[in-house]
Amino acid sequence: MNNYIYIIVMAMVTVGVRVLPLTLIRKPIKNQFIQSFLYYVPYVTLAVMTFPAILTVTSNPLAGGAALIAGIICAWIGLGLFPVSIICCLMVLLVEFFI
Amino acid sequence: MNQNLFLKGVRDGIPVGLGYVTVGFSVGIACQVAGLNAFQGFLISVLNNASAGEYAGITVIASDSGLVEMIIMMLVVNARYLLMGCALTQKLDPKLPIWKRLIMGFDLTDEVFGLAIAQKAPVSFVYYVGVMCMAIPSWSLGTVLGILLGNLMPPVLVGAFSATLFGMFLAIFVPVGRKDKVVLACVIISFITSYGCQFLPLVSSWSNGTKTIILTVTISAIAAYLFPRKQEEENE
Repeated sequence: MNNYIYIIVMAMVTVGVRVLPLTLIRKPIKNQFIQSFLYYVPYVTLAVMTFPAILTVTSNPLAGGAALIAGIICAWIGLGLFPVSIICCLMVLLVEFFI
Repeated sequence: MNQNLFLKGVRDGIPVGLGYVTVGFSVGIACQVAGLNAFQGFLISVLNNASAGEYAGITVIASDSGLVEMIIMMLVVNARYLLMGCALTQKLDPKLPIWKRLIMGFDLTDEVFGLAIAQKAPVSFVYYVGVMCMAIPSWSLGTVLGILLGNLMPPVLVGAFSATLFGMFLAIFVPVGRKDKVVLACVIISFITSYGCQFLPLVSSWSNGTKTIILTVTISAIAAYLFPRKQEEENE
């Protein structure tokens, strides 16, 4: 299918989700299940999208695997967004060039 | 007065903008890997302003999995903006006109939300637009740069830069998992099931988008049912 159709639909849904609570529904979400569900969703989505996809960044799955492990350790000990991503990037290069 | 608020927004938006150039760059690399050109990447970024959302959408485009999957995928990945929007709307002047609310909603990203919600209520529209003036251009600029430079790089380097986006994802959910055992369990289960999906009969034929949607909705719903969060913990 044409990429531009995808792009238009993608944008319409994203913008729709964002403007809805600011315009039509102006009440806070009271339902505890929905609130909890919306809280867990982003972490689960990101986790599902990260693994095993990170293993396929290069043809050598070890490179992505090393980036994954290094990234988890660095994020766990509290390094921020940019240090963690730079370290992941460097791990891929390290494995690709030296192993 | 208004001008000062606008400038304050611009000033607060500078660090956000700097971050956006880099994350946008990683998204640009993902666009390049998916075969999108610089103009298409620019459109995606300028219209969506979302890293996880854009990455998810790009995977749907790359596998050409259809519009239904795109719509559901965008609803799921962007679902958290419903929470943020509901929180932000409480801090707006109730008389703020719809067109201003539409503009604000357009760039309701995690970072812009973070800045806005830290302001005294009612959150100023002019301030918010100041932040947007830094956020939107740097985000799309980063994406365009990612695609253009990605085209020039050898595949190994593109792979290394692809890893930066995953690094950013890790930096978002790992620290929360460290503090919140339920999130940690969700992350581990997500990893295992996402990996396992490749080997199960039937399931292995799902596209990446379908897999992401089904696993996200199922795991989050089970977590929400078994471990509902207390009201006061919202939007922390």
